[in-house]
Amino acid sequence: MKTIVGLEIHVQLATTTKLFCGCSTDYRDDEPNTHCCPVCLGLPGALPRLNKRAVEYGLRVAKALDMKVPEESEFARKNYFYPDLPKAYQITQYDKPLAVEGTVEIEDDEGHEKIVRITRVHLEEDPGRLVHVAGGSKYSLVDYNRSGIPLLEIVTEPDMRSPQEARRFLNKLRTVLEYLGVFDGDREGALRVDANISLEGSERVEVKNISSYKGVEKALTFEVTRQKNLLRRGQKVTRETRHFMEGRGITSSARGKEEEHDYRYFPEPDLRPLRVAGWVAEIDLPELPVARKNRFMAQFGISLNHARTLTGDPKLADFYEEIAHVDPVLAATWVADTLLGELNYRDMSIAAVPADRIAELLELLKEETITDAAGVQVLREMLDACARGRPCERPVAIVEREGLARATGGEFTQIVQAVIAANPQAVEDYRTGKKGALNFLVGQVMKETRGRADPRELGRIVSECLEIGGV
Amino acid sequence: MAGTLDFSPDDRYNAFITTCRQAPFSDGALAGTAVAVKDNISTAGIRTTCASRILESYVPPYDAYVVGLLRKAGAAIVGKTNMDEFGMGTTTETSAFGPTRNPADPSRVPGGSSGGSAAAVAADLVPMALGTDTGGSIRCPAAFCGIVGLKPTYGRVSRYGLVAYANSLEQIGPMTRTVEDASRLMSVIAKYDPRDSTMLDRPYDHRPSADIAGLRIGIPEEYFGEGVDPRVAETVRNAIAVLEGLGAETVTVSIPGMRHALAAYYVICTSEASSNLARFDGVRYGPAVDTRKTWHEAYQDLREEKFGTEVRRRVMLGTFALSAGYAGRYYAKAQVARRNIMQDFERALRDADIIAGPTMPTVAFRLGEKTDPLSMYLSDILTVPANLAGIPAISVPCGRIDGLPVGLQLMGRQFEDERVVDAAYAYEQEVRA
Repeated sequence: MKTIVGLEIHVQLATTTKLFCGCSTDYRDDEPNTHCCPVCLGLPGALPRLNKRAVEYGLRVAKALDMKVPEESEFARKNYFYPDLPKAYQITQYDKPLAVEGTVEIEDDEGHEKIVRITRVHLEEDPGRLVHVAGGSKYSLVDYNRSGIPLLEIVTEPDMRSPQEARRFLNKLRTVLEYLGVFDGDREGALRVDANISLEGSERVEVKNISSYKGVEKALTFEVTRQKNLLRRGQKVTRETRHFMEGRGITSSARGKEEEHDYRYFPEPDLRPLRVAGWVAEIDLPELPVARKNRFMAQFGISLNHARTLTGDPKLADFYEEIAHVDPVLAATWVADTLLGELNYRDMSIAAVPADRIAELLELLKEETITDAAGVQVLREMLDACARGRPCERPVAIVEREGLARATGGEFTQIVQAVIAANPQAVEDYRTGKKGALNFLVGQVMKETRGRADPRELGRIVSECLEIGGV
Repeated sequence: MAGTLDFSPDDRYNAFITTCRQAPFSDGALAGTAVAVKDNISTAGIRTTCASRILESYVPPYDAYVVGLLRKAGAAIVGKTNMDEFGMGTTTETSAFGPTRNPADPSRVPGGSSGGSAAAVAADLVPMALGTDTGGSIRCPAAFCGIVGLKPTYGRVSRYGLVAYANSLEQIGPMTRTVEDASRLMSVIAKYDPRDSTMLDRPYDHRPSADIAGLRIGIPEEYFGEGVDPRVAETVRNAIAVLEGLGAETVTVSIPGMRHALAAYYVICTSEASSNLARFDGVRYGPAVDTRKTWHEAYQDLREEKFGTEVRRRVMLGTFALSAGYAGRYYAKAQVARRNIMQDFERALRDADIIAGPTMPTVAFRLGEKTDPLSMYLSDILTVPANLAGIPAISVPCGRIDGLPVGLQLMGRQFEDERVVDAAYAYEQEVRA
């Protein structure tokens, strides 16, 4: 049974001011209702004035997704009552969106490239936010700081075939938006997704209020199971809107109360039609993820996997480019495999890591002044310091202080002898042909020497000692 | 010479909703001039009710752009004038603060919806007032009260701070006793405001000239036909003859789209109004809603209680006209009719420089005379075309019938407000002399 998924994604554009007024968009750490004016409060008589930068951001996305920008687009009013909507209508775009017909390339579940078609993108204003007071209060509070934040709504065709594909699409889209500099994924609530999902031949269900990438996959996976179970029991899937409850990982029916609105759209009489098709040619796009990935492979001779990982986040790619001069392949391995893992473990951002220090560390590794294992230790020390906001020591200083400089095998002969003496069972296993025993003994030596020796060299020394008959 | 103006008028016609007894003023072109402002134009610190119960206690935190310009020009803002609730009416009888009476005959209505501004000027309480005109709301009361009223070209005066009734139709404009004063006030308020995206940067800075030799005046037959009181038609034809005597020529023009003008107008203005007025829901305006009810119920009850009959009627009409399955039949068709009328005027204004006709088909009604909303709507037939076309239109007094004033309406090309002002000025100078 084929799964069919289409997405509507709302992203907050990272402009410094709101869509129709000069209020600052940087409200997240501030008190409620401190980033407001007559316009975004919807006071009687106030008029919207379109933020040119938001339009330009929208056009950047349109251009990056290879979309058509019609000669004329138009804002419209979407009328509905809700306490967080100060004018009782949202200024959005309806039948004349900013751009239409684009594409995003993703990998399907078999690892092949596939195209997800983009139906349209349009600009609209974010409503305010209701704050429900805990403890069964008789009232709710409204915060209008968010009111008027520019949103770009991106609508796809129903081209995704699994929850995993939907997630890959979103990751890809986010990367593009970040490359374009129009979106800051670190801002809370900067991305919201509504997903349409159906099993082939059945009714379509809309899942609203998904606010994370993981959430999309979870919500859709839940829906696939729920809908399959319904069909298995001989029941039908009803066409409806469901809400995703992030905390419980389930969807629940909106029970029709918010369905079948008549929004009574009509052209916004306070704004003139938008004629911006001519701007598109003037927009300079930065290098986009696919191009950068291909360039990384060609220019630095690194693997597809490393190139993909490094270009998955523009900040990470920039970081890599800053240190690649030391040794591109070594740098790719260390950044994509080791550093990224250590950062995730610490929940740290790449922005907090000083590139010059990592370059110095790579120099030490390249010159074989330290072993890989010692390198990891040095890296961890540096990251721990950064995470605590302390100055990051030079790797040379750490090596010096901790005595981590690479040692030649000869220095360890005594330790090797001691380890062999202390592990007669492993020695016996080795002699009876269990090769794993060698690795165990080498590991023991590594532990004793805190990674200062090259494991290959150690392996040779340990086996020599064993062959000679040892002790 | 900045100072404070003491203002304690004998408001026997109920022209004001709010008066400012001590009105500060500063230096400038209008230094110390008392100006009354229609109560749908936002004034910081002075309540702005739109003559509605739902905004009875609403005090805007900001000035409309035109109010800022008035203050900068030194005007003393002495009060907020009565009007039909949210501008929805032709008589000022739908005000929640009681009707305004016509100073020319207190048993008659002053016209609407800017009836308070017209009465304040006609009764000599102020020399100047601001009105707003969505479908004739400046020109109708100007004609009924015997004063001058100018509806500027759409996009010439900032609407920032004007509580919207029908955004695509309305403009703020001057109401004065003389054309010269109208022009002076227009020079103050018609300045570019980037916050109103529907504006063009075409400031008005003009001294009226009475030289109209060679001016071609278009006479549309539709303005003198069925429904127009023959005595009004005759009075206006005589006024046009005066202009001819000053060297103007007349040509016959036609606005065939007039047939659909009223229908188009009422669909468009009610549609926009239904959206504009939706925010008045008791969450932030009016008394707090009853939280024991569901919120849809609470909104509904409050809006039923606080909006007057005419406002509720128009909100319902507009909601219907925009609703799914009907928008194509009403809203979309109204836009087509509107474009036809615009093209009619464009064509007519190629053969003529201005177009002349009566402002209103009749003289002022008696209070309470128009009880049927449809017959009330019909009286807007001669004023709504200028709003649909976005062109400037002025009403200038041109005589009386049984002591009741009649208005001559002069309409011009977009952004040629100067030309209609000049023609009106020439007429006024001639009949005054």
